Amino acid sequence: MTALKDTLNIAAPDEFYAELVALHRGLTEEQSRLVNAKLILLLANQLGDLDVLRQAMRTAREGVD
Amino acid sequence: MDQFAYPKYRYRKPPELAGGAARTYPVAVVGAGPVGLTVAIDLARRGVPVTLLDAEDTVSEGSRAICWSKRTLEIWQRLGVAAPMMEKGITWNRGRVFHRAGPLYDFDLQPEGGQQFPAFINLQQYYVEAHLCAAAAATPGLDLRWRSRVTQVAPGADSVRVMVQTPDGTYPLDCAWLVAADGVRSTVRRALGLDFAGQVFEDRFLIADVRMKADFPTERWFWFDPPFHGGKSTLLHRQADDVWRIDFQLGWDADPEEERKPGRVIPRLRAMLGEKAAFELEWTSVYTFQCRRLERFRHGRVVFAGDSAHVVSPFGARGGNGGVQDADNLAWKLAAVLRGEAPEALVDSYDAERVKAADENLRNSTRSTDFITPKNAASQAFRDAVLSLARTHPFARALVNSGRLSLPAVEEPSPLHTPDLPGAFAPAMRPGSPAANAPLADGNHAVWLLDRLDGAGFAALCFVATDDDRARAAAALAAVPRAAAVTIAPNGVAGALRDAEGLAFRRYDARPGTVYLLRPDQHVAARWRRPDAPALAAALGRALGAR
Ligand SMILES: Cc1cc2nc3c(=O)[nH]c(=O)nc-3n(C[C@H](O)[C@H](O)[C@H](O)COP(=O)(O)OP(=O)(O)OC[C@H]3O[C@@H](n4cnc5c(N)ncnc54)[C@H](O)[C@@H]3O)c2cc1C
Repeated sequence: MTALKDTLNIAAPDEFYAELVALHRGLTEEQSRLVNAKLILLLANQLGDLDVLRQAMRTAREGVD
Repeated sequence: MDQFAYPKYRYRKPPELAGGAARTYPVAVVGAGPVGLTVAIDLARRGVPVTLLDAEDTVSEGSRAICWSKRTLEIWQRLGVAAPMMEKGITWNRGRVFHRAGPLYDFDLQPEGGQQFPAFINLQQYYVEAHLCAAAAATPGLDLRWRSRVTQVAPGADSVRVMVQTPDGTYPLDCAWLVAADGVRSTVRRALGLDFAGQVFEDRFLIADVRMKADFPTERWFWFDPPFHGGKSTLLHRQADDVWRIDFQLGWDADPEEERKPGRVIPRLRAMLGEKAAFELEWTSVYTFQCRRLERFRHGRVVFAGDSAHVVSPFGARGGNGGVQDADNLAWKLAAVLRGEAPEALVDSYDAERVKAADENLRNSTRSTDFITPKNAASQAFRDAVLSLARTHPFARALVNSGRLSLPAVEEPSPLHTPDLPGAFAPAMRPGSPAANAPLADGNHAVWLLDRLDGAGFAALCFVATDDDRARAAAALAAVPRAAAVTIAPNGVAGALRDAEGLAFRRYDARPGTVYLLRPDQHVAARWRRPDAPALAAALGRALGAR
């Protein structure tokens, strides 16, 4: 089983983060939620591996209750 | 306990108002802040007489810059003024980031050994300026005129006239070049009617300098949403004389006048330091931060450097450090032009290189500020997500942004540099990079590579392993007598510095035969595996602005 990556795998993290935040500029909260949901679906499809996606979902949910 | 005593520098009646004949000076620098002082000392040491004008007669009041980077220390070392800074400053390499009640992670800005200088020292700006003023006073050819306020600027085609207001009246001063280092409210910039475009961040920060005996380690500590200052951020730095800098994020709605009153500040400090902590408030102020720059830094014979040209938010310590690098970049170019060794166009490369460097600083400090002050619910959510992952998931630490601390710019692309042959070298020390330092031995003496660059002109670093290599390098270097050769060998090659630990070879990705041509500001102009004389001569010509 492929393990979820825990160390940095994004080549330019600051650039990525700035663009991620910029993506939401000028949107309402509702619009932002929609954009984020679409983004997750696109990335999940790109990733493909359901094992990895499950690990990611579990990790994301950790500590949120 | 030591405490800084503000010097009062002596005003002298200028020769122009004492019956002296008017003359045109080669360079006048407006503003004796860290940037103006650095550029003036550098120019004078290069043999260019400098007139440095400052409106006041003392150093920066209160607390402003505290973090001075390794590159700044290297520049001051070249100018002979790093030693007192190192002695008084607080050395640090490490930082820690907290979220809510607990630590998130630690970082080390300089994990590799074999370093002459730390990643940073913390030293109050008034000390920095006082040391620079002492060096300026001891530098021949540097005429530092206090209580000399520039009020008007009349730029001409090949000179500039400024009006200088003094206690004895106002006089005109003509100079071939004017360096405007007169800070964020630059009179020169306004006189030229130049636009200073950018943005103001909608947040306020309380800066408190506190005198206390405390046992926090000498590290940069940053809290997101700590229990003692709920919902906002706090930054802690140690400075000289047992003074600690604490920055409290206040938010846009805070009242700047109210918030700086001791009645408001002391409870915040008590919440952080504990009810019993003994401290004395030394200085408080409330800031709003901005990011702006001039579109161009050269306007004919007027050249802008430091805060007059660009301002950034302080997260990352990029303001003063970036400005000192402007000074480093500009001084040798003006000196070469004034000596007739280079065309005036060399000064345009200052503009090209430092505008790019300013953009890098602006970009980095803007991103930090955006992380610290999220602008909308979506960015707040991403930030909360990053922080909640960072403790257990190392990848997320790379996304936490409490300040990307000042690193020297690789001056690229630049018209002055000769590109590498494809694939010849690893990218790290590519043309435009500041020269790496390394411990070496000269006979039995431990020396530092950068101290062996004489600073006066260009240098050629020759990496050799045998006497033959050395002879070959010397033959090629005969084409560029102006570049002082510094030869480095792994072991006993006569006349070469010994790289016993191999750090110089490694940091420069060097092999026997490798040559680096370094500019007078220690930035790489070109490098080869085995250069010949024509290649060296062409690269030197190019680095001096030949087309
Ligand atoms: C809270 C805070 C924290 C900071 N922390 C850091 C840090 O940790 N590290 C860092 O690198 N930077 C930091 N900075 C930024 C740093 O203070 C500035 O970038 C730096 O002072 C710029 O230097 P300068 O020489 O360009 O301008 P200034 O320091 O502003 O000096 C300008 C000089 O020009 C003189 N002058 C002005 N007008 C005239 C005139 N008309 N005629 C003659 N003289 C004139 C003034 O008297 C002054 O001496 C910080 C800034 C703030 C506000």
